Amino acid sequence: MPPDSGHTFTTSGAARATSRPTDLRARGEPFLWGLGGALAFGVMMVAGLLLLVLWNGFATFYPRPIHVVTLVNGDVIAGEPTRTEDFRPPATEVAALPAAVRAGIETNLGFADRTLYRTGNFDLYGDDFRWITDYAVARVATPPDLYLFERLEWGAFIGRIKSVDLAGATFYAGGIPLDRLVAAHDEARRRWRQIREIEHDEIGRVNQQIESERLALRKVELRSGGPATDYADAARRTDARVVTLTGEYEGLAARAAALKAENARYTITLTEIGGREKSQNLADIVRFYPANDLSVLARLGVYFSRWGEFLTAEPREANTEGGVLPAIFGTFAMTLLMVVAVAPFGVMTALYLREYARQGRLVSIVRISVNNLAGVPSIVYGVFGLGFFAYIVGGTIDQVFFPERLPNPTFGTGGLLWSALTLALLTVPVVIVATEEALAAVPRSMREGSLACGASKWQTIHRIVLPRAMPGIMTGLILAMARGAGEVAPLMLVGVVKLAPELPIDGIFPYIHFERSFMHLGFHIYDVGFQSRNSEAGKPMVFVTTLLLIALVALMNATAIVVRNRLKRKFVGGQF
Amino acid sequence: MATVARSIQPDESGTVYHVRAGAEGTVIDVDGFNLFYGKKQALFDITFSVPRGLVCALIGPSGCGKSTLLRCLNRMNDLIDDVTINGDMRIEGHDLYGPGVDVIALRKRMGMVFQKPNPFPMSIFENVVYPLRIDGVRDRNVLEETCERALKGAALWDEAKDRLKESALGLSGGQQQRLCIARAIAADPEVLLMDEPCSALDPIATSKIEELIDELKGRYTIIIVTHNMQQAARVSDNTAFMYLGRLIEFGETEILFTAPKVTKTLDYVTGRFG
Repeated sequence: MPPDSGHTFTTSGAARATSRPTDLRARGEPFLWGLGGALAFGVMMVAGLLLLVLWNGFATFYPRPIHVVTLVNGDVIAGEPTRTEDFRPPATEVAALPAAVRAGIETNLGFADRTLYRTGNFDLYGDDFRWITDYAVARVATPPDLYLFERLEWGAFIGRIKSVDLAGATFYAGGIPLDRLVAAHDEARRRWRQIREIEHDEIGRVNQQIESERLALRKVELRSGGPATDYADAARRTDARVVTLTGEYEGLAARAAALKAENARYTITLTEIGGREKSQNLADIVRFYPANDLSVLARLGVYFSRWGEFLTAEPREANTEGGVLPAIFGTFAMTLLMVVAVAPFGVMTALYLREYARQGRLVSIVRISVNNLAGVPSIVYGVFGLGFFAYIVGGTIDQVFFPERLPNPTFGTGGLLWSALTLALLTVPVVIVATEEALAAVPRSMREGSLACGASKWQTIHRIVLPRAMPGIMTGLILAMARGAGEVAPLMLVGVVKLAPELPIDGIFPYIHFERSFMHLGFHIYDVGFQSRNSEAGKPMVFVTTLLLIALVALMNATAIVVRNRLKRKFVGGQF
Repeated sequence: MATVARSIQPDESGTVYHVRAGAEGTVIDVDGFNLFYGKKQALFDITFSVPRGLVCALIGPSGCGKSTLLRCLNRMNDLIDDVTINGDMRIEGHDLYGPGVDVIALRKRMGMVFQKPNPFPMSIFENVVYPLRIDGVRDRNVLEETCERALKGAALWDEAKDRLKESALGLSGGQQQRLCIARAIAADPEVLLMDEPCSALDPIATSKIEELIDELKGRYTIIIVTHNMQQAARVSDNTAFMYLGRLIEFGETEILFTAPKVTKTLDYVTGRFG
């Protein structure tokens, strides 16, 4: 019994003895249960969602065994069992089954189990996954000589190694020196990375230079209004430069071709479970492992190698394979840029509203409007960002600063900067409201103390009020950051793309390319999960990418919270 | 020190004066001062002069306008919307509310100490030199000299000299209040305004502040608002008794507490109301 229900006044014991106990409603017990229940429900939803993401996200990359399934009708398939579910087989099919199986299905209310196998070998089979009903299975085996190959193209291959050709030396199944194969594979991959570096970075740089020569020439042409003397001079110079650069380009291309030719000498021939063969350059295989013959340590090795690739590589196979580094990078850069844009803007607005504006009807209207902005659907911001930032502001910038590149837009289309500004606009109400509250919470005595010392209003705000309000302002920025990092819809209009050829930051002057389109984890989730050819293959990636996005937001928030707590200790703590 | 310069002298506002004059004339002269919060009048026709170098206490029941009057002296009431004033208020002959008065420069001549200690969230050193910092003083020597002088002036030097770099928020309440006094005198003001400086402090801290007021007397003119009549009697030379926005009696503390000239004052100091 709660202590207050047993308590009675003792002033007139006889009279109180007959009094009724406090009734349940007055004690508030049912409401307490309601409140607690609401909290528990909320916590369960959040914890459930997190658990789902964590479990699926962390389990995805762990190598599974490969089953070889022999069906009743004699077919043999090999694949990784992905998941099992109930289904209701069609009546005609059930009728054709042996009596024992039919009875089993009937006791199960007409349901049977089926398993989804990831068979891979898309180039041979035409699909990656296959459902196998349990009653159609004659037997399941896990032979140790089955390998899983992750390839650059066509996804996974599941099968056996038939032969290996290492620069002329051919080995056949049973006599393959595994260590030599692994070493040759590593070498081939190293050369492949070199080729990529040449093609992507060095040839990219040369192309960039040729392009900038062309643009410089076009600039001269625009300025001089046509073929004049200085234009002819410039054209000659440009041609000379382009010839040099083209020579450079050809040198690089030759180097890449040599490496490619070397790689073509290392091949492997695979057979799928049905006996069909497939020859493959060793360099085009990302990794391979004997799925049924792995120690736990080897499994963990594959697991972490996959995570490493996921975090540091670029996507391939329509984003369903490979890594998400460009998306991590894009999300991070965009969010930081957004904070840089929203912080001064929001704080200054709030400062004027709270400290300088005469509190009256007009300020109230402004404040209500700002709060209402937070309720505008985010896609509307996307439309606004595209129309205002990209087309109007960006278009003007293009005409003034980059006329030589027209009609190709530079800033006149979606890009990193416009995305960050659009999200800054979206999150500015959060910052304004939080900052106003933080400013209002600075004790009057502090302001008066400073003013009484002869400080002006601005000095007081700058030296006393702002530092003291900083933790509250940081809270607003944290909220804004969380909101901005998870936003996808407006970004689809103002600069996020499915696959960005270049990162927004690289080694080419001016290093940060605000005008470039970029990849974003949130959009990546949408793209992989709902826009890809093979949604079943994309599903695990959806979870992993979600996990990563949550981790990234949590990391950024944690950093901001640490900073805020340090400020709080410095400016607020210790008051008696 | 000359005593009883003016005998009982009722004037048109009805205030009774028996002020002990200082050796060097007056610092602040208020004549016929009225203040309104919106339409409500809070101060009625206040007229008095504060002798230089003495301690002047303002007493009276809550809401009588003591703090309002004090805050008029350094124009802190400017911060409140909807305040109108009329009448005359001068510091050393210069009009406080005249056109073109530099309020910021004025406040530097009037140090103020508040009811609750309000150290800034900075180090002790930075707190004390804050008035210099806002003037743009950067010379380390000047700052350190000022800090030492002000902390010694506020009797805090011995306790604080080894922890100047520590946060001021780590000091005790009484130390914080002395720090605020040090901050007020760092700017070298002419007048120190104290708005119930001991009301948030325990008796020991209070007695330290009172000793300090005694030491500061002479160098600064001190005007102190207090609820504590014993405190007024202990620290002040002159006391002003206010009631419902009017100045009832202003005169030598000893006389005001032992033989007041007005019945209202007698009732208040003997505890019959308030």
